[in-house]
Amino acid sequence: MLPGGGPRVVNVGLELFATELARRAVPVTHVDWRPPAGGDARLVALLERLDGRRDVIERANAEALARLTDGLPMLVDCRPAREALELADRTVLHAGPPIAWSRMCEPMRAAVLCAVRYEGWAANDDAAAALVTADRVRLAPCHHYRAVGPMTGMITPSMPVFVVENHAFGTRAHATINEGLGKVLRFGANDPSVIARLNWMATEAGPLLGAGLRAGGGIDLRALMAQALRMSDEMHQRNVAASSLLTRALMPGVAKVGGRHHAVARLAEFIAGNDQFFLNIAMAAGKALADPAGGVADATLVTAMARNGTDFGIRVSALGDRWLTAPVNTPDGLYFPGFGPTDANPDMGDSAIVETIGLGGFAMAASPAVARFVGAGGMAAALALTGEMREIVAGEHPHFRIPTLDERGSPVGIDVRRVVETGVTPLINTGIAGRKAGVGQVGAGVVRAPLGCFTAALEALAG
Amino acid sequence: MRPSFYRDSVTLMRLSRDLEQMAGVTAAAAMMATPQNRALLAQAGLLSREGEAAGNADLVVAVIADCVESADAAREAIERMLSPRVSPAAAGVAAPRTLDGALRVLSDANLALISVPGLYAGAEAARALGAGLHVMLFSDNVPLETEVELKRMARERNLLMMGPDCGTAIVDGVGLGFANAVPRGRIGLAAASGTGLQEVTSLIAREGEGVSQALGVGGRDLSEAVGGSMMLRALELLASDAATDVVCVIGKPPAPAVAHRLADALKRVGKPCVVHFPRGALPRDGHLHVAATLEDAARAAVAVARGRRPAPVEFTLPAGEIERLIDSAARGPGGAQRFVRGVYAGGTLAQEAAALLDAELADVSPSLTGDGAAHRITDLGADQFTLGRPHPMIDGHVRRDWILREGRDAATAVVLLDVVLGTATAPDPAGEVLPAIRAIRQLRHVAVVASVCGTDADTPSRAAQVASLRAAGALVMDSNAQASRLAAAIARRAGAAAR
Repeated sequence: MLPGGGPRVVNVGLELFATELARRAVPVTHVDWRPPAGGDARLVALLERLDGRRDVIERANAEALARLTDGLPMLVDCRPAREALELADRTVLHAGPPIAWSRMCEPMRAAVLCAVRYEGWAANDDAAAALVTADRVRLAPCHHYRAVGPMTGMITPSMPVFVVENHAFGTRAHATINEGLGKVLRFGANDPSVIARLNWMATEAGPLLGAGLRAGGGIDLRALMAQALRMSDEMHQRNVAASSLLTRALMPGVAKVGGRHHAVARLAEFIAGNDQFFLNIAMAAGKALADPAGGVADATLVTAMARNGTDFGIRVSALGDRWLTAPVNTPDGLYFPGFGPTDANPDMGDSAIVETIGLGGFAMAASPAVARFVGAGGMAAALALTGEMREIVAGEHPHFRIPTLDERGSPVGIDVRRVVETGVTPLINTGIAGRKAGVGQVGAGVVRAPLGCFTAALEALAG
Repeated sequence: MRPSFYRDSVTLMRLSRDLEQMAGVTAAAAMMATPQNRALLAQAGLLSREGEAAGNADLVVAVIADCVESADAAREAIERMLSPRVSPAAAGVAAPRTLDGALRVLSDANLALISVPGLYAGAEAARALGAGLHVMLFSDNVPLETEVELKRMARERNLLMMGPDCGTAIVDGVGLGFANAVPRGRIGLAAASGTGLQEVTSLIAREGEGVSQALGVGGRDLSEAVGGSMMLRALELLASDAATDVVCVIGKPPAPAVAHRLADALKRVGKPCVVHFPRGALPRDGHLHVAATLEDAARAAVAVARGRRPAPVEFTLPAGEIERLIDSAARGPGGAQRFVRGVYAGGTLAQEAAALLDAELADVSPSLTGDGAAHRITDLGADQFTLGRPHPMIDGHVRRDWILREGRDAATAVVLLDVVLGTATAPDPAGEVLPAIRAIRQLRHVAVVASVCGTDADTPSRAAQVASLRAAGALVMDSNAQASRLAAAIARRAGAAAR
């Protein structure tokens, strides 16, 4: 009577029935069911309202998902932000959704002051703070300038930024050069060594990288990232394979244009000393891939996730450039010696764009080493986490495939409806910044996107 | 209180029971904090201020213990019992959280078996239908208008919408929910009743025939509002099913308008049809074989399949043997013991018993809730008994108490029971009631009459269950109808003797 030779059952409810069917070798999948939206009647009503136009939404989401996954990001250049982003003088870009100076966390404020001093707009922190509080320095999110920044996300006009062009859709996205570990601007460190490194990047490393990339004709990041994923990088917390692959692709061009050999050597040495060198490029690729998915009417997929240390913000395809925000969570993880949970700053950075395109926490199964940051860890935990993320997404990535899952694609296309229904929030792999300015990174771990962003988005979508 | 922490009712009832069995614990309950459950907890004096503030998706576990040490031990036990079990094989392969998620795992699924609380059941069923799945909806407490809408959706998509409140089905030889092990064969069934379907399919198997399909439609399908929507669809399916030679319909009394539609639909089946409606509610018609009991329906379907004329059966044992049974059973009870007291797990079986007693005896309680001073049947599977408890077919503990209670009643002459076997039922249904049977048989002369619904291919086998009941002193009959008739006869004889 049923096609395919008998019942193939999805069991929703009493596990007993599934156990019975499985015992008799009837194909059955048991659903670990819970009341939708935590039993919140108002949210259930909103979900049901969206269910009323399910066909329209599913079609829109298919379109948004195709845009999100079909892009072809190419690393083509490295140029000053002033030119690449058309960034006006006296502008400081920061990570996350928009935030006023008065609400910024301590590391973010310290970074802003350091960035102002680096640009030479003020000689010391007090003068820099005076400029900022008098609104004589403009603060804006990186995302509003086709850019993304890790942690505090500082971008100022003279900083060089990588240029990633999505050849399939013609969009561009940008990110600064990763500074490495230790005292770095992105973690809110603010001293002469930070500024000295930034100066070297602007005057030597940036121009050399740009010339090398232009000479080499660009690097196909989709292929590179797909390969790095197969080498156990999830490209948020672990970028060692991707950085190596990038170096291999990058250095011939750099060597070709690098007249002063000690400059090439300095660059090579800098990249070789930074396992996370690729992170910023992965983020720019993420933004270049995700931006085309924005603005699809009725689509309920997330196109950006970003945090500023105070608020967590998401953007949703049908809602365009609007930010839906909620207070950020504090990451959970492992700490460097001498630090502990009380030293952790709340979650920060645009790097969750990596999870938005199906990598990072979503691709944990490809990166069991990283899963150790979430407690018991190991392969089982990694598989379970990717499985959990699969629950809240629209599909599997056609290019980013995970060998430990028999080549299934990583989960991609976070669906606001599914997040609210299941209460399963996106898992983000992240570094942990010290809550005191100047301390820098104190650990690494995972953090969940707050549910509040998604319920706010659901209200906006159903309203 | 655990916020946003869901466990299904079976798990929670087992937790409650295990807690109550701990030393020093006087009362315990673990429930999702729905308004209904909160009311139950409050009644039991188990609702703390924290529990009062809990909501639908929160778990409340309440324990009353006689000392702090017992309470602490209970607290530890709760922690242990609620912590996730991680089996090495299952580690890392998390079960999907939604129907959509499950369809990614089993992408060619064709049927959803849904048993979530009624409040949420409609939405899950609508999704399953939307995804092109047939649905068996076990849940009850689903609003009538939701049922109408679900069945409309199902018809639009050419899908089966079995239920709500559908406990049993056999689809392509696979038993779903509570079902007995019966061979595949040429008799196709459609039923508005769960244990009715179990009784008929089991009897068909025991008579040596088999079942092509056994489709449940839910207890309200034949109401005016639902209009027999799924019964009519099931009849179309059975009519066109090549494996089905004989169609057997087990009904509930249909609304008048529905009865006409159903009669027309039965004419269109084009195969011999056997119908059973309690209290004979369908107009008799030439091409139909109307059976008075579930057993007669099964026997008629078997006879028709074999090209014989159906003949109703009162007792399968010879008349002399029955007379001997009645006589010896009726001799025991004292003068005040005159009444039949039925304690049932199966709803349709309880209704059938009440109808058969009513035909033989005066003063049979019209309700199945344990009311009435004379003859009465209690259906422990009814909503009021299962609110916040597992169904007695899953967990027979509640039945044990009721059997003891009825057996101790000074006016009870006969305790009448059903024992229902099959998938998903308790691992030893007879075993759960044996201590109570032994206890009341020791107390004084009370006859215990039972029937066992199931087959020898069930686990445990019907034969083994019958043997253990007989060893405890129960008279075990071949069907619920025969057990009910025997109980009535014993009570009548005992009553006459008393006078």
